[in-house]
Amino acid sequence: MSTKESLKYEVNGTEMTPEEIKTDMTRIYPSKVARKRAKHIMVNKVCDDGCVPEIESNVRTIPGIITQRGCSYAGCKGVVLGPTRDIVNITHGPVGCSFYSWLTRRNQTKPEAETDENFMTYCFTTDMQEEDIVFGGEKKLKACIQEAYDLFKPKAISIFSTCPVGLIGDDVHAVAKEMKEKLGVNVFAFSCEGYKGVSQSAGHHIANNGLFTHIIGLDDTIKKGKYKVNLLGEYNIGGDAFELERIFDKCGITLHSTFSGNSTYDGFANSHTADLNTVMCHRSINYVAEMMEKKYGIPWFKVDFIGAAATAKSLRKIAAYFEDPELIAKVEEVIAEEMPEVEMVMADVKTRCNGKTAALVVGGSRAHHYQELFSEIGMTTLMAGYEFGHRDDYEGRKVIPTIKVDADSRNIEELEVSADEVRYKPRKSAEELAKLKEEGIDWADYVGMMPEMKDGAFVIDDISQYETDYIIENLKPDIFCAGIKEKYAVQKHGIPLKQLHSYDYGGPYAGFKGAVNFYKDIDRMVNSKIWGYSKAPWDLNPELSAAFANS
Amino acid sequence: MLLRHTPTEIKERSALSINPAKTCQPIGAMYAALGVKGCLPHSHGSQGCCAYHRSTLTRHYKEPVMAATSSFTEGSSVFGGQSNLVQAIDNIFTIYNPEVIAVHTTCLSETIGDDLTQITRKAHEEGKVPAGKHIIYASTPSYVGSHVTGFANMVKGMVNCLSEKTEVKNGKMNIIPGYVEPSDMEEIKRIASEMGISTIMFPDTSNVLNGPQTGRYHMFPRGGVSVEDLKSTGDSMATIALGKTASSAAALALETKCGVKCDILDLPIGLHGTDRYVDALRKMACVSVPDSINRDRGQLVDVITDMHQYFYGKKVAIAGDPDQLIALTEFLVSIDMYPVHVVTGTPGKQFEKTILDLTKHLPVKVNVKSHSDLFMLHQWIKNEPVDLLIANTYGKYIARDEDIPFIRYGFPILDRVGHSYFPTVGYKGGLRLVEKILDAILERKDRDAPEENFELVM
Repeated sequence: MSTKESLKYEVNGTEMTPEEIKTDMTRIYPSKVARKRAKHIMVNKVCDDGCVPEIESNVRTIPGIITQRGCSYAGCKGVVLGPTRDIVNITHGPVGCSFYSWLTRRNQTKPEAETDENFMTYCFTTDMQEEDIVFGGEKKLKACIQEAYDLFKPKAISIFSTCPVGLIGDDVHAVAKEMKEKLGVNVFAFSCEGYKGVSQSAGHHIANNGLFTHIIGLDDTIKKGKYKVNLLGEYNIGGDAFELERIFDKCGITLHSTFSGNSTYDGFANSHTADLNTVMCHRSINYVAEMMEKKYGIPWFKVDFIGAAATAKSLRKIAAYFEDPELIAKVEEVIAEEMPEVEMVMADVKTRCNGKTAALVVGGSRAHHYQELFSEIGMTTLMAGYEFGHRDDYEGRKVIPTIKVDADSRNIEELEVSADEVRYKPRKSAEELAKLKEEGIDWADYVGMMPEMKDGAFVIDDISQYETDYIIENLKPDIFCAGIKEKYAVQKHGIPLKQLHSYDYGGPYAGFKGAVNFYKDIDRMVNSKIWGYSKAPWDLNPELSAAFANS
Repeated sequence: MLLRHTPTEIKERSALSINPAKTCQPIGAMYAALGVKGCLPHSHGSQGCCAYHRSTLTRHYKEPVMAATSSFTEGSSVFGGQSNLVQAIDNIFTIYNPEVIAVHTTCLSETIGDDLTQITRKAHEEGKVPAGKHIIYASTPSYVGSHVTGFANMVKGMVNCLSEKTEVKNGKMNIIPGYVEPSDMEEIKRIASEMGISTIMFPDTSNVLNGPQTGRYHMFPRGGVSVEDLKSTGDSMATIALGKTASSAAALALETKCGVKCDILDLPIGLHGTDRYVDALRKMACVSVPDSINRDRGQLVDVITDMHQYFYGKKVAIAGDPDQLIALTEFLVSIDMYPVHVVTGTPGKQFEKTILDLTKHLPVKVNVKSHSDLFMLHQWIKNEPVDLLIANTYGKYIARDEDIPFIRYGFPILDRVGHSYFPTVGYKGGLRLVEKILDAILERKDRDAPEENFELVM
């Protein structure tokens, strides 16, 4: 029996169990839909050994359900490759897809010199017209690559396929190969048509495969730096990477390559020479970490830099990995130096936020990570869910062997990876790894979101707009975290929404300074007077006074 | 420099589009559908399109934008999207209970050849459309035209699916406002109402995409043209369609279907454009122009005459949608400004002729291109600098690099508010435009002035 306290809910003055709420929430659906949705809506319950209820995820969204999800292209180009500044990313398709993924994720980047390449402010597309759909777009794509090369002379050009490209059968990979030979720069393509898979997640996988096949491992130069760490699954939204770069630098840890916030092509190409892979967003990039471990012998573990305690814990984990007393001491010194400010703001903000509640439905890791920040200021997460998570993101990697692979997932290629004959170099011996595991380093593992949530909290996968409205009206969270599509609908309900894909215009929220920013933003949002303005004085006090009329 | 790689030297590009000045049809169709009361737009394709369109519209209007999707996966792409759409229609009516579902295609469903007429008929046959509820639809392939074309197609879809002719005239005037802001639609209606004319405006996004905060969320806000009014458009006395690209398709379809005569005008942006709109209303409805409208007009003329010295001879670069650019060009020329670079992403050769015609008497060379992009515009600016740039949000990168005063105008505006609340059409809108132009020019003048020339009074 768990001794943990379970969340209780009061709906319209009566106490309701989470199960009753769940039943009520799905009542409106046609019976088939209700049966399906019930498998995506879990009342959390953590056993003593960490086991949690099985949730259905990474399956098709029901047509007509208003969903938060996007597509494979958005995951591939928008999320993973988009934040790299020196690749010319050409979207092969009609104009829309490229237009919508043009600077809209707030991935910041900072080239070292004014003359360094930065193509992120540009949007490149073949802008396919009807004749290209009818007669095929390969010729136009080739011409585009040539024109892009002539204009910009980039070190790499990549191509992203959109829905119609897959249907008409343009062979983007053959075009890439041909142009690569012709131009002498790296040209590679991604078959990330929007209909692949069931969400953005398919695009992440395709992007990971492409990075691994076409770039990682191309440059064997051994670079300077004592503790060379790659940071995977960090996208420099609102300057998160800048804060992490600052912290790493202060600790004396070399941030070798990032995938892919504030990143470069050369960083990817050389990333296999690092000593360690750390993974922030498990969902978007765990494939690269796994493949690099198999091929190059780089161990990986999950880190989390959202929240001050999480940041400190992750830094200690990295220091423990290198087993160097000097680094361990330095990390402790940095934590000691950074924490007072964080703790001061945390304590102050907590006086006003303690006891308030939050709901988060976003992405495929952020809905997990941000709960820690909320708990640091005394706030409880009533509900959380992922837009495009898989069961392992919810329940932990231990369930991977039991995940059923359906047709939609089978369509996404799994690369056969084996140890590189030349470059495979185990960073630690099996004994060393085992010893470190005993000391607490969870190699290649991720515990998932649910084991770290309270009993009785709702975990909802691929939430619908109907369920979102239901949660707000009945659970009445003090703040909701989601994306731009949800923002204003939630706010019309009279509660604030923090965008956790883009942070609105805020951030950074990672690392120590990021935590301070987040506490302050949440304090401002949940304690603001503005949410009380929607009723006019005459609505609050409708009785009439005849004083003036009589005089 | 944010656009550090844009060279001054212009090389002809035959295939590569860089920094587009347009986007795709479905987003325009979605925007138009939101202007129907109780309507849930539905995107027939994979769900990324719907997500992208909702995100972009939300960022532009800062309001909820709801839409459903057929959520195609690989299977539906191979076997066709019929079952997805029929299932979606059933779910939408059951869960969200809209009055109307407005379905538009995407490049995916268009390419596999899904036939919306046939699929919606099937949905009706299978009893998925409750009594009194409606489905309207439009074909909006992303590889033809632009977002403006999609808007035009969905408005035409409203006529095709709903307009009816009975024997009883309704005494109203149809107004198709064009792809303009909710604030503009409201002002276009207000002018007609000020003249005592009853109108049916379609679509009408006012009170939908600039709604109030009430502490209660309504998926279907109060605004929008009702189904009843849309049906009644076939019984109206006439149609005024504003903006050829966005509105003529629907106006002509209604004329063909129900015999309602139409007058297709440019958007009522600036003095002359508004004059023509007011005059057309006056003539078609046989009414006289009230003093209030004459006063608005007089105020606009007054400010233009008073401030003429700041406009005269100033060079302007503009990018946007064809209907807006045509009206804006005429307006800028009318106040003696020189629109020297004009770029739209929407294809169409007539556009270039119209702009050249409007500017032919200017003492400067005018560059104009349709189906072009902001990269081209930037290169033109590098070669022939301007005093002012008018473009959507993406223009801010050019403005910053080249240090040019900048006014955000058009779609999308992602980083500012105002456009959905304050009109730029009509005389009042003209006044706002003039104010924005003056502010931009004078702010710059103040910023650049040496201390001894820093002025306080005009």
